[in-house]
Amino acid sequence: MAQQPVISVRNLTRNYQLGEVTVRALRGVSFDVQPGEFISITGPSGSGKSTFMHLIGCLDKPTSGEYFLDGKDVAKASKDELALVRNQKIGFVFQGFNLLKRTTALDNVELPLLYNPKSGLKAADRHKKAMEVLAAVKMSDRHHHLPNQLSGGQQQRVAIARALVTNPSILLADEPTGALDTRTSVEVMGIFQRLNKELGITVMVITHEMDIAEYGTRFVRFRDGKVVVDQAITKRRNAEDELAALPPPEVDPEPAGAHAGGH
Amino acid sequence: MSIFMTLRIALKALGRNKMRTALTMLGMIIGVAAVIAMVALGSGAQAQIEEQIKQSGTNLIMVMPGNFSSGGVRMGGGNAVTLKTEDATALRDVPGVQYVSATTQTRVQVVAGNQNWSTNVQGVDVDFPNIRLWTVKFGSWFGDQDVRGASKVIVLGSSVANTLFGEGVDPTGQIIRVKNQPFTVVGVMGPKGQSSTGQDQDDTAFAPYTTIMKKLSGNQNIGGISVSTASADDVLEATEKVKQVLRERHKIGPGMEDDFTARTLEDMAATRTEMTRTMTSLLASIAGVSLLVGGIGIMNIMLVSVTERTREIGLRLAIGARGRDVLLQFLVEAVVISMFGGGIGIGLGYGLSWAVRTFMEWPALVPLNSVFVAVGFAAIVGVFFGFYPARKAASLDPIEALRFE
Repeated sequence: MAQQPVISVRNLTRNYQLGEVTVRALRGVSFDVQPGEFISITGPSGSGKSTFMHLIGCLDKPTSGEYFLDGKDVAKASKDELALVRNQKIGFVFQGFNLLKRTTALDNVELPLLYNPKSGLKAADRHKKAMEVLAAVKMSDRHHHLPNQLSGGQQQRVAIARALVTNPSILLADEPTGALDTRTSVEVMGIFQRLNKELGITVMVITHEMDIAEYGTRFVRFRDGKVVVDQAITKRRNAEDELAALPPPEVDPEPAGAHAGGH
Repeated sequence: MSIFMTLRIALKALGRNKMRTALTMLGMIIGVAAVIAMVALGSGAQAQIEEQIKQSGTNLIMVMPGNFSSGGVRMGGGNAVTLKTEDATALRDVPGVQYVSATTQTRVQVVAGNQNWSTNVQGVDVDFPNIRLWTVKFGSWFGDQDVRGASKVIVLGSSVANTLFGEGVDPTGQIIRVKNQPFTVVGVMGPKGQSSTGQDQDDTAFAPYTTIMKKLSGNQNIGGISVSTASADDVLEATEKVKQVLRERHKIGPGMEDDFTARTLEDMAATRTEMTRTMTSLLASIAGVSLLVGGIGIMNIMLVSVTERTREIGLRLAIGARGRDVLLQFLVEAVVISMFGGGIGIGLGYGLSWAVRTFMEWPALVPLNSVFVAVGFAAIVGVFFGFYPARKAASLDPIEALRFE
């Protein structure tokens, strides 16, 4: 591939000081991510996968090593510069959704745009952009709902829309299905697959479940702060087909009162 | 993020916890209202004193024997340490002086029929009503012959007349007994009301000073001299001239201290105004303590709020909020609480002052600058006590904050 990698890290290390003891969470990781890849990262707890994720997400700075994001060296960026990078180049999806309480889906999705210091988007433009990404996750009809009026899967879709709203270079998802049941998990992974395929968005999913990992195109396994497996996924799962094969949901996934508020 | 957006987010966050926000505000409301009400009480008292001075005349000079300012140490013998009637007469010729009255007083029992009353009988001169701007309600003031002849005539204060003869009765021409001597009532003064120290100014009676000295007290010297100038502008200059004349008459050489005191009414009132002002600041500072406590309440709630919203802060940091964005958000929340509380507190303070004015008949007055000071102080309290929690929020590590349960 002649394309410039989205992410390029070289000999990345991260040490923590716990009292007298130095914990070497990451012990030299070199890694490239090409645009359009769907990477599944797994590993037992303490393997360094979360630390790696935090470094890739610019929430943390490496002890040593190089990190180029979209060709830009961010390993030694200042705190404010990192905040800007997080705002514009990275979309986070969390296990616990982390939507703001008592705030509509639309307002939640717009939030990253408010922290964009140079966009200067008008309120109308922000709404338009947020509605676009809500449509991309098929949530536009629920844009006025509050998080507690949405099911877990719907909340996670709003969270994905929020991650997408700034057109990031990469979508980072940390255990995105950890709080969801099987069917909803497949739904959410289907959204990631669709965004990856149709819009060419680069996705990196951290999970400890092997079957979730199999929705990706590339499989990476961490152990003791190092990459021990890095291979293409040959037997890739397709969420859309699986969803069609699954029996229809027994109960309405929409919680009671979803229509009580909102409009 | 624009300050307008920050303000909107702060209002939203405060709206999510209405009860808590209201209770936190209550601290500020009470603090600001207390400060304003206290200052209003003090300023009202001050204004009342000033008003009374204006009413009793800003052109008054009071001359008293002895020198109060020399710390009680009197000058040696041989000097005249008392005021004589001739001193009063001499002051008539001082330029700028309009009216002069020698004054003396004695406390006596006055008897009319079966009623009796103990009051202060003031011995004064013909011009006394002109000096005090006091008018006669019934009858008339006594004349020059009465003073020269030390006639047994008396003009009653309205309280005394009411006590002895009943409300609204004109006692002119009646005989009353003062120290067992018959005095003819020639007039009754109009009511003057309370003095600034709370005394009933109408509980008094007036007779020629010559009569008091010769028939009642037996004093050879007068108790003081009341002087008024034609206009208030002359009063300082006239005071200096009065002092000069008296020093010459009392043969006080240069460098020696006066054996009398000549002060304008304003001087005397200034002392009392000063006292009231001290009292006002004292009350206001006590009220200020409650403002401080309100501020601590804000800090307390903001700290709770930061802990409670740790995950929210983590999320905001993760999606690109800078430390200063988070700092500003929480600081604005604190300032909004304190300013809103301050605003309501002003209203409440005005209400309290109005209640005091209406129901307690105290001339409570809200000075405009106290409002500005209170609002400014409320804002400062918000920033000061909001800063620590806000900085705590801004310095959170996003990873730790996102993991917080």
